[in-house]
Parts: sequence; C-alpha cells; structure tokens
Amino acid sequence: MAAIYSLYIINKSGGLIFYKDCGTKGRMDTNDCLRVASLWHSMHAISQQLSPVNGCSGIELLQADTFDLHCFQSLPGTKFFVVCEPGTPHMESLLRYIYELYTDYVLKNPFYEIEMPIRCELFDINLTQAVQSDRVALLGR
Amino acid sequence: MQFFGGSEISPSPQVPTASGNNAHMMYVFNRNGVCLLYKEWNRPLHTLNPQQDHKLMFGLLFSLKSLTAKMDPVNADKGNLGVPQLPGQGCSFHSFRTNTYKLSFMETPSGIKIILVTHPKTGDLRESMKYIYGLYVEYVVKNPIYNPGSPIKSELFNTALDQYVRSIS
Repeated sequence: MAAIYSLYIINKSGGLIFYKDCGTKGRMDTNDCLRVASLWHSMHAISQQLSPVNGCSGIELLQADTFDLHCFQSLPGTKFFVVCEPGTPHMESLLRYIYELYTDYVLKNPFYEIEMPIRCELFDINLTQAVQSDRVALLGR
Repeated sequence: MQFFGGSEISPSPQVPTASGNNAHMMYVFNRNGVCLLYKEWNRPLHTLNPQQDHKLMFGLLFSLKSLTAKMDPVNADKGNLGVPQLPGQGCSFHSFRTNTYKLSFMETPSGIKIILVTHPKTGDLRESMKYIYGLYVEYVVKNPIYNPGSPIKSELFNTALDQYVRSIS
C-alpha cells in the first residue's frame, strides 16, 4: 500500500504551522522542518515567475526519485503539502479534505490565533484518521 | 564554486519556429551555471530579462535539488540544507508541474542540466531527455570546434532538436 511520509502546513508568510511525520527514515529536527518549509514557500513563489504563460499559481506536484510532493494552496495563501511514495493516488483529494479539516477544527476554534502553530487536538485526531491508507482509498471514489 | 562564468553573454533566443510545438522553452546549463542553450518556441509571457531569467532558473533548480536531498524520506543520512550536492548525490527531482506548465529536469554525471518546459498535461519525459542528451553528445560534444563551457551555436544540433521536440506528444 502506497504510503504518506509527512504533511506540512505553511501559513501565508511561509512559516511552518503544522508538521506531521508518518514514517520518514532519519529524524528531521524542528529547525530543519522550518527551513524546508520556508524554502518550499520561496520555491513555490519563484516557480510562478518562470511561467511561460499567464496565470500560474505555483507548483502543484514535484516528482523526485524516491518521493512525490503534492501541494495545495488555498485562496488565502495557506499551503498544504504532503510527501508521499511515488505514484500514490488521490493525494489531491486528500489535501482538499485536510483543508476542510483545517477550516473545521482549526479556523473555527475560537482559541486559535491565525498564522500561529496549530495545537488543536481534534484536528490531530481527525488528521491521523484521514491519512490511514484505507481512508485515503475511500477518498478516491 | 564559480558560478555564471563572469561576463558570458547568454545566447539570444532563437527565432520561434512553426507553431504546433508542444514545448514552451528549453534550457541547457553546465555545472557552473553558464547557460549553454536557451530555446524558445512558445512563450507569451516574459517576466524578466534573459540574464535574470537564466539565473533565476538555475537558482530554482539548485535550491530544489537541495530541498529534495534534505526531504528524502528514504535515506537516513542526509546532508545539511544548502550544501551544494554533487551530480547524482542525494535524491534529485525529475519534474514538477504547475497549473500552467510542466518542467522536466535531467542532470547528467558531468553536471549538464537539461530543462524542458512543456504543457502541463505532458507525460514522463525522462526518456526524451535522455535522447536530447544523446543529440547533445553527437552534435555538440563531438564537434571539434566546440569550446566546452561556451554557448552552443551548432546549426545541426538546433535543427535536430527542433525536429525532435516537435515530435514529442
């Protein structure tokens, strides 16, 4: 079963607000995660500059040798990206579903400060359920 | 590492050839960041002047390679972010896609980077890139007059490339 390795959520300014590791080899410490997230934010912006036609909204899929990276940018500018095994299906639907969870459990939480790191238990619980492989398969129907 | 070869002037874009070409543009860089070839077939939008465009493209690829090497979920021992990677060292990406274009990338062990920007629905172009590298070896490297590290001006190479790229679906 194709696996999801990790999930990142970046705020409008490029700061990491959420990171979930579902099984990468080799620990990435917090500072590295922050750097990787900011780097991704910048690369996403630069890719729009290099577009040969108008209307580019940034990188949606990056394919590397050992992983794929799917990115979804919401209208306000929050980016959700997931690192998964090459060829994992239904990642776009998963990202949109995670965005729904984000709006429900994070944004509607009155104690949550916007753009700050996410510390919402219900969001974590639902997210863990969502990334389990059988649920991902269901999303694709 | 010396980048951008001092005052090398990047080659001016070729006159756009007949339409019906799926590809937008193509870049070839060497390991020092010198743009050996820039071909443009279909590019309605020019955001920056050619020099800046080449540098930005090279910079983007350099950083993306650094990012993928660090983010690699399979290898336990990863270098630090920002350390220049040797060709072939660390996990490298082969393509990325946005809503308006798809960029395919190939780096050879000698540090030659071939970049092809096409329509977003294009399939996997890895085999095509290998063929293009084959064309480069045949028409450019084997040309005794060609000075390595300088922009490519070979007519034969350009013609063969145009023909081949037009045939990529």
